[in-house]
Amino acid sequence: MSITKYVKNFLRYKYLLFELVKKNIKLKYRRSYLGIMWTLIEPLLTMLVLTLVFGTFFGKDDPQYPVYILCGRLLYAFFSSASKSGLKSISNNSSMIKKVYVPKYIYVISAVLSNFVTFLISLIVLVGVGAVLKVQVTVYMFQAVIPLIILFIFTLGVSLILATLSVFFRDIEYIWSVATMLIMYASAIFYDISRVINTGNGWIFDINPVYMCIANFRSAILYGTTINMSYSITSGIVAIVTLLIGSCMFYKKQDKFILYI
Amino acid sequence: MNKDVAVHVDNVGMRFQLNHERVDNLKEYVIKFLRRDLKYNEFWALKEIDFDIKKGERLGVLGLNGSGKSTLLKVVSGVLKPTVGKVVTKGSIAPLLELGAGFNREYTGRENIFLYGAVLGYSKEFLEEKYDEIVDFSGLGAFIEVPIKNYSSGMRARLGFSIATVVEPDILILDEVLSVGDKKFRKKSENKVMSMFDKGVTVMFVSHSLEQVQRLCNKAIILDSGRLVAKGPVDEVASIYKNMTE
Repeated sequence: MSITKYVKNFLRYKYLLFELVKKNIKLKYRRSYLGIMWTLIEPLLTMLVLTLVFGTFFGKDDPQYPVYILCGRLLYAFFSSASKSGLKSISNNSSMIKKVYVPKYIYVISAVLSNFVTFLISLIVLVGVGAVLKVQVTVYMFQAVIPLIILFIFTLGVSLILATLSVFFRDIEYIWSVATMLIMYASAIFYDISRVINTGNGWIFDINPVYMCIANFRSAILYGTTINMSYSITSGIVAIVTLLIGSCMFYKKQDKFILYI
Repeated sequence: MNKDVAVHVDNVGMRFQLNHERVDNLKEYVIKFLRRDLKYNEFWALKEIDFDIKKGERLGVLGLNGSGKSTLLKVVSGVLKPTVGKVVTKGSIAPLLELGAGFNREYTGRENIFLYGAVLGYSKEFLEEKYDEIVDFSGLGAFIEVPIKNYSSGMRARLGFSIATVVEPDILILDEVLSVGDKKFRKKSENKVMSMFDKGVTVMFVSHSLEQVQRLCNKAIILDSGRLVAKGPVDEVASIYKNMTE
């Protein structure tokens, strides 16, 4: 099939994609009293806890430290929750998949996209906290779009791989939850990377695209400097390669999904 | 493909792997792989199926339980991809299979109309326009604002039928759906299907009831253990089927 045919097919299903994203977001907060407000409250509370723990007990006295945490925490939370729901998207929609033909990647995209929407909403917290702690508004802030796009592509690629694998192997879910924990500690969400670099383990940041996106996001938002070019290029390449691998795996195996779900 | 053919099924075979113990986790898979213990039994649910349905024809699919009828419907509706052979269909397909099985349980009836409608490929404008008609036909009234999980299976099937039949499809795939709901709704749904018949829709219909197939269809095929054993005008095939089952 040619590319234009793919695009046409995708456009045919854009209303379905919209409905699925709406469903994911709606159902996540249904029957909770504060509803969608939780996307704001939750990162705010985690930020307070982390600031309390690492700021007070470990003596971090940078007044803008909460913004540092929040940047890392918001991006990581998107990556982790989106990849987890991407992983489950095929089995969660099995009753639909068994009944009506719809391109199955729609379910994975909708899982990642709905998490991206809640992530964008939660950025309001960042704006609020940044204003309170007097983060300088600079023109460099526009660059924040670049790490966000890269992170989105990377997350989608990872989700396609995980969704494919988890159809055949149910325990991928547990392996992945351990892996995301590892990625969290390797993404410098609440510590400064200079400490790790001093121990000679700085390479960990050079192979972690999630960290690279977080670092570039901080450069743009918190420090008001240009983003790290080599981080952009490396994470961008990793993201596109991951998406290509994910798409190929998914495309090759998608006709077999129905026999296993 | 001939111009007046709506469904073209060409040498279709569908193979399943039957495992004695299903391996669905990585640990077991690796262990069994290392011990060379991965055994699969092959099973052909359909083999060498060949037939055409011309536009406006109504084809009944007969066969005992496990003969491959439902698999065949899923292959024609595109949910299952055949292992060998190919299926070509012309026009829009409305699959009325396991009505209501694709609903989201947490969603209300109203929300499910839009979600399920989107899955079936309807546009937003179309659904908004037809919303009242769908609710009317389902007869759910105020229950439309209640989450589906509180519906009875009959209510769910009624809503599923109402959504799926709001379009005028070119090809209608029916799997025993004419037996949903209470007597009143059954009558209503049969009338609806009949009115589609009058408009010249192409139909593929699976049923155990020979009487129903003879009443609704003009052509029929018989499946036995995944193979096509007879095809032709409904009365000829029906008498073969009678001999088979008695």
